[in-house]
Amino acid sequence: MTTTHINAKLTPEQLKAFGEEMDTIRQRILADLGEEDAAYIRGVVDKQRKLEVAGRALMYLPPAWPVAVAALSLSKILDNMEIGHNVMHGQYDWMGDPGLNSRMYEWDNVCPSDQWKYSHNYIHHTFTNILGKDRDIGYGILRMDEEQPWHPYYLGNPLYAFLLMVFFEWGVAMHDLEVENIVKGTRKLEENAALHQGIMRKVRRQALKDYVLFPALTGPLFPLTLTGNAIANLTRNIWAYNIIFCGHFPSGAETFSEEECLDEDGPDGKQESRGHWYYRQVLGSANISGGPLFHVLSGNLSHQIEHHLFPDLPARRYPEISAEIREICERYGLEYTTGPLRKQVGSVVKKICRLALPGRKAPTGHPEDAPVVDVTPAAA
Amino acid sequence: MTIQRAVAQRILGSRTLAALTSPHGVDRYLELVNPMWAATEVRATVVDVVRETDDAAAPVATIRLQPTHTWRGHRAGQYVQVGVEVPGARRTTRCFSISSAESGPGEPFTITVRAHEEGLVSKYLVREAQPGLVVHLSQAEGEFTLTESPATPTNNHLLMISGGSGITPVMSQLRTLLRDGYDGKAGRRVTFLHYARSREDQIFAEELQRIAWADNGVTVHLRYGDDVFTEEGLRRLVPEYRDTDTWACGPAGMMELVLEAYAESPRLRTEYFKLGTRSLAAGEGSPEGDLAFTTSGKSAPNNGAPILEQAEALGLTPEFGCRMGICLTCTSRKSEGTVRNVLTGEESALPDEDIRICVSAPVGDCVIEI
Repeated sequence: MTTTHINAKLTPEQLKAFGEEMDTIRQRILADLGEEDAAYIRGVVDKQRKLEVAGRALMYLPPAWPVAVAALSLSKILDNMEIGHNVMHGQYDWMGDPGLNSRMYEWDNVCPSDQWKYSHNYIHHTFTNILGKDRDIGYGILRMDEEQPWHPYYLGNPLYAFLLMVFFEWGVAMHDLEVENIVKGTRKLEENAALHQGIMRKVRRQALKDYVLFPALTGPLFPLTLTGNAIANLTRNIWAYNIIFCGHFPSGAETFSEEECLDEDGPDGKQESRGHWYYRQVLGSANISGGPLFHVLSGNLSHQIEHHLFPDLPARRYPEISAEIREICERYGLEYTTGPLRKQVGSVVKKICRLALPGRKAPTGHPEDAPVVDVTPAAA
Repeated sequence: MTIQRAVAQRILGSRTLAALTSPHGVDRYLELVNPMWAATEVRATVVDVVRETDDAAAPVATIRLQPTHTWRGHRAGQYVQVGVEVPGARRTTRCFSISSAESGPGEPFTITVRAHEEGLVSKYLVREAQPGLVVHLSQAEGEFTLTESPATPTNNHLLMISGGSGITPVMSQLRTLLRDGYDGKAGRRVTFLHYARSREDQIFAEELQRIAWADNGVTVHLRYGDDVFTEEGLRRLVPEYRDTDTWACGPAGMMELVLEAYAESPRLRTEYFKLGTRSLAAGEGSPEGDLAFTTSGKSAPNNGAPILEQAEALGLTPEFGCRMGICLTCTSRKSEGTVRNVLTGEESALPDEDIRICVSAPVGDCVIEI
């Protein structure tokens, strides 16, 4: 039986001190940003563009087709994760380069970047793991938390998860349409009209590029090139899905209710303190351990905890502060959830299958869920 | 443009290439090969940097730029946004009036820059820029342009008033008129009135002297030191100044006096340089400064709250998200003024800066593009 670490419940003073320690780290990194960070991201972009050109070019040589697909897959992964996700978080806005600016960057998949920024930068990062507010808990189609009431529909949990993985870029593109709320009746179809336009525009451009123009340019190799491009997109989908699902679903990552997060008084009533926000980000996130290349390919989302603490700091900085963050978490009695990829993925798969069925609540590390210990004096 | 250039431009700007390079665009791939290759963006290499004045504190230099063929040229009096990667790897962009005569597509032009103590870009361009440096450009912008050319048969009297580095756009206009055959023989006149801090601070001194002495219809009046702009001085020079087509460009103080003198005459065109905060007319200012929203035209005294809250109090509805400074939804442009980050206490007074209005509070006067 696995022992679950019960996270400490922090007093308001402890939360404040915790928040201040985090703020200090953030300020230190912000003040240090400069040449190295700029050179780094330019280097990644350079490699990504070269991989892309190589991938497209090698499609003209049938014997090199596997290499072409591999190169194109890698270029799409880099564009999606280390470049796209991080640039759109504003991590490189300080550079003043419009090509690396969060307001202007558009990434190489079917999801329009402005819609993604709304649901990710705002909704997901502000309401991380708050059930009922963070729509990334289950993405509207999966049951990923015990508190989500069970329904026979969820018997298909593993199937929906598999389909989402294969068609991940399409799932991400449709995320803002809030299909589950349309089905429930809490959202009207008309509200999606403007979003729909943006999605179709992006879909048209991507489909034209990957499935019509580049295949057509290779003449008689059209079917081979089309398949190659489709596989590259599929590879990126599978990789991104697995990294992202390991961010908040492995055991050790906790969810929260809205009420428990309103821990201090503000000008407009109860609000969440800055310390509690940091605390929720740590407990709600999970890291993946690995080598430097793995971290780059995951867009440093392998450092999900650090990313959720400091979403707008360049992701290359997360590895260098991870030991410090871990030490602070230990001092405050908070679990720093991490593990190798296969273990984290395994944990997520188990959860998807377990939650497909109704049943007993599994133990969590949330202090609110700590079992009441019955202290009975030993018999004399 | 050569045939190869024309064909290249046709291909680079084509919709097919745009579709193939979607979503990043052709330029993102071209720049990896050669920064001077561009399909839609405009860049330039520095050809040379020539010192105009040698004031140790604030030297002035003319920088000649050779742009990419995507440069569409400029009309006399317009300005260009120049982006330079200053040390620290931050690309900073500032506006500079073009000092050379009208240019055509792909043609070189000059900017004449004074290196201000607080001017990141101006200091870099004047003191550090070497031939071969690549800078980023916008297309030429601005409405401060000549409304007539030597070709138009009018007997108009043109009046140009400038102070300090405000000489640059009107110099471009004067050079254009003279280059394109304006010789005063048709009875047209140009009065060029300039105010400089001292004789040593006079930019283009030699050239203006030559113009003054040449037999053309241009009269050059240079004033130094305490001989500052006054309405009487102007009236003595050009009695009918309110009915004369005038182009005025200079520091805020001088411009206020010019505006007062012209009293809403439609013949006056003005250009401002953003140096420090514009001073308010006496009696209008509030102790904490004023917060102005230029797009909606609303403003109010600053009460120290974050800009997002003050905008909402005025009935504006700027976009927002987390209201805690992490999601970037509320990012807006501050044209000028100082803001303080309410989370970190950090202050910033840079002009044309993108700020997160949910965590930025004004310190003194502030102008926001909302």
